[in-house]
Amino acid sequence: MIMDTIIEVKGLKKYFKTPSGICHAVDGVDLSIERGKTVGIVGESGCGKSTLGRTMIHLTESTEGSIVFNGEDITRVGKAKLKELREKMQIIFQDPFSSLNPRMTAYETIEEPLRISKRFGKKEIAERTVALMRLVGIDKRIENSYPHELDGGRRQRIVIARALALKPELVICDEPVSALDVSIQAQILNLLQDLQENMKLTYVFITHDMSVVRYLSQYICVMYLGQVVEHCPTERLFENPLHPYTKALLSAIPVPDIHMPRKRVVLKGEVTSPINPKPGCRFFARCPHAAEACRRNQGLVEAEKDHFVMCSRLKEIG
Amino acid sequence: MEQNGTYSFLYTEDDESVKKESMFRITMKRLLKNKMAVLGGIILIIIVLASLLAPWISPYDYTYQELYNVNAGPSAEHWLGTDSLGRDILSRLLHGGRNSLTIGIVSTLLSALAGTALGATAGYYGGAYDNVVMRILDVFQAVPSMLLAIAISATLGTGYINCIIALTISGIPGSARMARASCMGVRNQDYIEAAVSINASEPRIIFKHVLMNALAPIFVMATMGVASNILMSASLSFVGLGVQPPEAEWGAMVSAGRNVLRYYPHICISPAIIIMLTVLSINMLGDGLRDALDPRLKQ
Repeated sequence: MIMDTIIEVKGLKKYFKTPSGICHAVDGVDLSIERGKTVGIVGESGCGKSTLGRTMIHLTESTEGSIVFNGEDITRVGKAKLKELREKMQIIFQDPFSSLNPRMTAYETIEEPLRISKRFGKKEIAERTVALMRLVGIDKRIENSYPHELDGGRRQRIVIARALALKPELVICDEPVSALDVSIQAQILNLLQDLQENMKLTYVFITHDMSVVRYLSQYICVMYLGQVVEHCPTERLFENPLHPYTKALLSAIPVPDIHMPRKRVVLKGEVTSPINPKPGCRFFARCPHAAEACRRNQGLVEAEKDHFVMCSRLKEIG
Repeated sequence: MEQNGTYSFLYTEDDESVKKESMFRITMKRLLKNKMAVLGGIILIIIVLASLLAPWISPYDYTYQELYNVNAGPSAEHWLGTDSLGRDILSRLLHGGRNSLTIGIVSTLLSALAGTALGATAGYYGGAYDNVVMRILDVFQAVPSMLLAIAISATLGTGYINCIIALTISGIPGSARMARASCMGVRNQDYIEAAVSINASEPRIIFKHVLMNALAPIFVMATMGVASNILMSASLSFVGLGVQPPEAEWGAMVSAGRNVLRYYPHICISPAIIIMLTVLSINMLGDGLRDALDPRLKQ
């Protein structure tokens, strides 16, 4: 079967200069995503998953590496081409309270991308805006409401409508439900799934909620301090996690059954600082299996088919 | 969308859409609910109208002197008395309003516009551009604004237009700084990033997304600026650099009356009260406008 790759990221790095040194927010990530699929990116806060998402669609400029989207390297294209490609890559933000302009009504926010693209006439913009509002389930009644008058779920629907206005192919979902009430989370997740089916969207789903990615994504990348430490199809990760960090992460998922015996892997210590990291395994300081071999730089190894892990002591750990 | 119609499962009953009101009407409606703002507005309108109609409603010409009747207190002929040169104070107040108000309002508007343009772009772009702009403005701000205004009008020469120019220039650093700080706070919001991702042009982002949300403090600052510029123009006249006699100007009138304050306080008091009333009414109106312009406070 030929893989229809929508975006391929190679050796992507994003460093930030900080007063105390260089912060390796994203440090050498390789990723290739198949069209129409959902890839989950998980990791604890501060591991660089949001930065990865934003860098992938060139909202923040990458320091190094290539991002090939639909056959074109977006780190090299000119401004005009980038604008064209950007329409095909959109982002849904985590916090629907800060991702909507407080001075624009729901209608104005949704129509803005259509207006800016200059491809449609006045009448068509109006038609499309109404269609988009229906698509994401916003009542016509609230079209003239300002964001502060709406609840989180409705705001997030507006954000989604804005992102979908120009028919993107790739949508980065940066923790789209973590700021919402649990009851609304399910609604939004279902909406995202329906939209994916109907519009053939590809999602990059960034989250720290393991049960959400398990439900939505076919493929998972586990990130730790700017690096992807393990990636494989979703079910395999849950059945057979290989990296010690993934094991700890999975064991932290709450189980709704108090009688179920479970082994909790508790990590000691703090997340190592991403500023000027030492060479070798990033997880070294907290890993229960750390050994001398871990001080060397690590690479992703295919442990089994389609299952890549960045750990040099796989055999010893078993 | 072409898929229109296939989403019936998402489609909720359409209620009548709430009628969209123009931003202007909403603002006016909310402004009128604010009693203090309305009061301020009324006072200001009276003062402005009185100044505009000065040539027709003032009882005497503002240069007309009754030399046998100097420093006279309030009477039936001269409601507010006469000054040290025997001129009718009421007439001079009415005429002086034209100068004082124009200088105050025009210079504030100009400096707010220029300052906001500089400050907003500096706050949005940051980096070297921000540094260059702000350091230049620092140089201006290092000189006390009164001294700067004096220096500028001394260089340009005295007079009405030069007074406006001097006050405009000395007002720019303050409003630029305010605009910059306010825009930097907005700049890091997610909706700015969202605007980038939907290909909004930079002027559009700066104006529609950044500036519109950073406007409230700039607005308040500008209304206060009108008040302080009226006072500054008064000070300029006071040191002899502003509007020249025999032209009437409120600040100049206060300074003229100062010499005889102990014996004939009425000469000083009436222009001083008018300055105070104007400043107060503008501040009240400005406060109300700021609240009315903020959609988050909409009931």
